[in-house]
Amino acid sequence: MTPHSASPDELCSIPALLARNAQVFSDRPAYREKEFGIWQCWTWAEAADEIRAMAMGLLALGLQRGEYVAIIGRNRPAHYWSMVAVQMCGAVPVPLYQDAVAEEMAYVLDHCGARFVVCGDQEQVDKVIEVQDRIHHIEHVLYNDKRGMRKYDHTHLNWLKDIEEEGRAGHFRLGPELDRRIAELAWDSTCVMLYTSGTTGKPKGVVLSNRNIIETSRASVEFDKLGPDEEVLAYLPMAWVGDFIFSIGQAMYAGFCVNCPESPDTMMTDLREIGPTYFFAPPRIFETMLTNVMIRMEDAGDLKHGLFHHFMEFAKTTGETYGMPKLRKQQSTPTLRRRWRSIFRYAMGIGFAVETLVENAVRLFFIKLRHPVKARDHFSARGPIFNLYPQPLRDYFDYRTGDVLVYGPLKNTLGLSRIRVAYTAGEAIGPEIFDFYRSLGINLKQLYGQTEASVFITQQPNGEVRSDTVGVPSPGVEVKIAESGEVFYRSPGVFVEYYKNPESTASTKDAEGWVATGDAGFFEEGTGHLRIIDRAKDVGKMADGSLFAPKYVENKLKFYPDILEAVVFGNGREMCTAFINIDLSAVGNWAERNNIAYASYQELAGHPRVLETIQAHVEEVNLSVAEDPILSGCQIHRFLVLHKELDADDGELTRTRKVRRNVIAEKFGELVDALYDGSTSVYTETEVTYEDGRKGSIKATLEIRDAKVGDPQHKRQVAA
Amino acid sequence: MTMVSYEPFVTEDGRTIGGVLMEMRNITLRFGGVVAIKDISFDIREGEIRAIIGPNGAGKSSMLNVISGFYTPSEGEVWFEGQKRPPMRPYQVARQGIARTFQNIALFQGMSTLDNMMTGRITKMHSSLPAQALWWASAQREESEHREAVEKIVDFLEIQHIRKTPVGRLPYGLQKRVELGRALAAEPRLLLLDEPMAGMNVEEKEDMSRFILDVNDEFGTTIALIEHDMGVVMDLSDRVVVMDYGKKIGDGTPDEVRGNQEVIDAYLGVTHD
Repeated sequence: MTPHSASPDELCSIPALLARNAQVFSDRPAYREKEFGIWQCWTWAEAADEIRAMAMGLLALGLQRGEYVAIIGRNRPAHYWSMVAVQMCGAVPVPLYQDAVAEEMAYVLDHCGARFVVCGDQEQVDKVIEVQDRIHHIEHVLYNDKRGMRKYDHTHLNWLKDIEEEGRAGHFRLGPELDRRIAELAWDSTCVMLYTSGTTGKPKGVVLSNRNIIETSRASVEFDKLGPDEEVLAYLPMAWVGDFIFSIGQAMYAGFCVNCPESPDTMMTDLREIGPTYFFAPPRIFETMLTNVMIRMEDAGDLKHGLFHHFMEFAKTTGETYGMPKLRKQQSTPTLRRRWRSIFRYAMGIGFAVETLVENAVRLFFIKLRHPVKARDHFSARGPIFNLYPQPLRDYFDYRTGDVLVYGPLKNTLGLSRIRVAYTAGEAIGPEIFDFYRSLGINLKQLYGQTEASVFITQQPNGEVRSDTVGVPSPGVEVKIAESGEVFYRSPGVFVEYYKNPESTASTKDAEGWVATGDAGFFEEGTGHLRIIDRAKDVGKMADGSLFAPKYVENKLKFYPDILEAVVFGNGREMCTAFINIDLSAVGNWAERNNIAYASYQELAGHPRVLETIQAHVEEVNLSVAEDPILSGCQIHRFLVLHKELDADDGELTRTRKVRRNVIAEKFGELVDALYDGSTSVYTETEVTYEDGRKGSIKATLEIRDAKVGDPQHKRQVAA
Repeated sequence: MTMVSYEPFVTEDGRTIGGVLMEMRNITLRFGGVVAIKDISFDIREGEIRAIIGPNGAGKSSMLNVISGFYTPSEGEVWFEGQKRPPMRPYQVARQGIARTFQNIALFQGMSTLDNMMTGRITKMHSSLPAQALWWASAQREESEHREAVEKIVDFLEIQHIRKTPVGRLPYGLQKRVELGRALAAEPRLLLLDEPMAGMNVEEKEDMSRFILDVNDEFGTTIALIEHDMGVVMDLSDRVVVMDYGKKIGDGTPDEVRGNQEVIDAYLGVTHD
């Protein structure tokens, strides 16, 4: 590990970075939030003032050094401020998932021993009050949104603004104490504690130090050359490490502006209004956006439909070369040469337009005359006629044309026109989805990260972007592959410990600082890119000894827009089977266009034609899996389409929407049995939890289908 | 029937119920030979939620229309804020601070949520027609003031995501909410809701109930509502008027009404022998 060293600028904590930003970027925007239909803005100086007032208010309430303060709420400036204010007081912020039900929240609140809880609104306060009779150490509850709070007992309940006022009023008394506490913050003091989503078992509190957060932020900001004029939209859960790094770590380090959406429902509109330059989204968001685009294009008129498909087809091969945004360069004053160059470029462009028009006129004339019936096939098959321009130049101008007609307007609608760098992570992204965005000229890249690593383990540098790898090790990160195939890493971002859990800390992080990711992967020969296969513990053996990697197959399935989620079983068994969840918006739209009536999700999921479509998808996946010599055993022999959507409220997914394999296998045990006992249908009753916590049950008879399986390639070779 | 005291008092959950805001005295409404309302008297007190219930055809909507000034009673007097109200046009009543929603949604289908709600502010607009048409400074200033008031209600009703959506495209439950928003935009003293939960599913009903309670609580608006869902009425309202065949057959707190024999008969039916 690197020896203990002070940062060159003594910027060794978030409050220190804030103080620098308040000085250097004082009147540049730091936070924006849409409220009452208008984007409200706070400059760095204003934000610093608010945060300081809040910190003094917390001091006045008696916040001690080293305490843990829980923060529950959606992305709002005040919540980010409260995290920094807590750090100023020498305490540690613990952001929690706001959509967690009271039960889940109780465990974390109990585990971190928070005396102070900052809540977003009435809903969160209610949850905290609900668990308060079991968790006795909660003393003060603060809330940000006043709505509906008037009638509550305010003896231990405070409005955040009141606390700020109190802090401002007492600044003579509290100021010196606060400055003392800020000065005490060092490289190794705890910056934040984040709870893992808990794919298996109880969530663990990951303690990250200032060194972890700031070193990682510095490295990643330099990697992508992020500057103070970046715009980001903060819409991902605050409890997730990514949001902490992007909206606090990197934002504070680079000094860029964090924009908070008006409400979770308006995220897409707000995205479009802000036009972020730096964007992060899990694959799911990109999938949803693409599905929406495709659905709307299906309904569009012939001209739009034709243009869209023509130019998207064209962009598949050329987008990578001609579409990517220019890397940031030092702008000098325009020279005479550059002016001439731009004039030349325009002239070439006009020439190209004239050529194209003439060419098309000629084609129309000859082809339509000679082949009136088959004109369509002949039209583009002939290639260029005059060929005055070399192919790359033609492609360049064609791409520019597409940019004006299709790519530009489409990116604008999606809110992605200003993107310089976009990342996706968390799950594998479908190659078609990935290529769609890349070909539009959106610099979408992949990264591989973990809470324990302060996000970054590997990421893709500009120019080396592919859909099937997760990139090369991030700056400062060392990665090695163990004998078992598990990926290990070591970096300045490696977490300090799991809170109150030394056994887990010891089993994850060894004495030299190497951390086990729990993922199996390998480095690709030649490029040095890392490829992840699956969770190491999910990787198993089939009964015949061949490798079983469920995620690999599930991802292939999920790349179909019709399939929302898939769960593959087969560890230790003689064949693989799968549960499949249909995507209601995609399948529903398909049903509408094909005049298939359905009343509910359940009915649609059980429709024979839907099952046929899904079966076709499964069989296609089987073919592609069969080509892989190692994983050909993972072909799906039997599957069923689930009658309910897997949901985090029922404990089937984590809050970050990852599949909880064991929970599902246990809960739908009878369905799994039915998949293996050869029956063709199965009756089931499932308990569901509604959003308000009440329970109900749904009953269904599910059809089980057999899918065709391809011949494993290596066996064919043996036979031949 | 219990005697109602006219002193302001505080309810169990901490709301203040004030003096009488509106009083109906011996109202009778006839359409030709049909008597829709027969000699009904009741009052609505400041800050309360008052429900009017009854079987189909009991005259509830006619009663609401009398309050909102759409019908002028054939006999009887309407007293508002301690003054006898002369026969008025509905817009004059609206100016007095009475706003309403309709049983069948009556929004401008082609206009956005925001525009629909802005129409609720019409009684508060002062700038002249030419000023608004030419977009003079005074009209601009006024527009932004009204927009601010509307945005507060948008925030309150949590309909930010449909701000710019044409109302006709919205699902039923949201349209109802927009209509409530339009009524609220008028900053009424008395809010009339004609079957606010009709045709809603349980979740939408719960949402709507919460909004009605919140409106009453946050803005202190007096609310008179007609509703069929007895569960909702009994939970929401402070006092209930029960009507049947144009007559008042009960008046009092939900518990009193529930125990009233006449009300039970009207709802469950009696054998006529």
